[in-house]
Amino acid sequence: MFEAIAFYLFAFLTISMFYIVVTTQQALYALTALAAGMIFISAFFFILGADFLGAVQIIVYTGAVMALYAFGMMFFDTTRDVKEKQGNKFIIVGLSTLSAVLVVLIVSAPIVSDNIVALYPVVDGIGNTQEVGVVLFTKYLIPFEVAAVMLLVAMVAGIVLAGKKMDLSLTLMNDAEIRELNEEKNKKELS
Amino acid sequence: MIEIGLSHYLVLSTILFAIGLVGVMKRKNLLLLFFSTEILLNSVNIAFAAISHYYGDLTGQMFAFFVIAIAASEVAVGLGLLIVWHKRHNNIDLDTMSSMKG
Repeated sequence: MFEAIAFYLFAFLTISMFYIVVTTQQALYALTALAAGMIFISAFFFILGADFLGAVQIIVYTGAVMALYAFGMMFFDTTRDVKEKQGNKFIIVGLSTLSAVLVVLIVSAPIVSDNIVALYPVVDGIGNTQEVGVVLFTKYLIPFEVAAVMLLVAMVAGIVLAGKKMDLSLTLMNDAEIRELNEEKNKKELS
Repeated sequence: MIEIGLSHYLVLSTILFAIGLVGVMKRKNLLLLFFSTEILLNSVNIAFAAISHYYGDLTGQMFAFFVIAIAASEVAVGLGLLIVWHKRHNNIDLDTMSSMKG
């Protein structure tokens, strides 16, 4: 009963939030709606008993990703209205067909694989966090460490890309000045 | 009251995925394209968690964690590239984003 009410409530909220993200003209509205949608999605994880995943969803998405976007948007002119493409009939028809096929595939997939067996069954009486920890650090230890290395690489890439030349603004210079700057740098490297 | 089954969650995940797909195809601003990508990844996460719950298997949740890790690193690198592009060209529209001639 309560599960059904919660499901329909959060489904409605999530869909409306993501619809706002896709259709709004203002980048700031899109950011806010996306953050709200992420929070609402974590509610599904709590309903489904994946408590740790829900907490991670809130911490990583709303805490880290949205904060990153918010800081990144300080570099952009977000007050300007976003110009959108003119409606292309072919794309819309193709998209609708693709979505419909997707619906059929996703809904029919669990029916096809009805005789599925749980490799890592959920045990009663143990907390979700504990179970996740045991499985993550035994079976999925290598992917976990690869993901850690990947996050390190992403951090280095982010610092190298965004932190370059913070003291001067490339947007306020014209092409000739940028070329001059590059030549100076090349000269410095050669000498 | 109707029992909420696996199909409910899968349909919800499909709807969110279709919304994200529409966003990816419709959006011209690259920042909003990234937002649509986040919607896609999140909709898949819902499906993973639902299947994990209804089959009593933890593998779905594990994959959802890795999807979240991938999304986080994608945002870091993508936003860095976006800032560099915006500093250089002063716009982030997809249609103007072509430096090659031909």
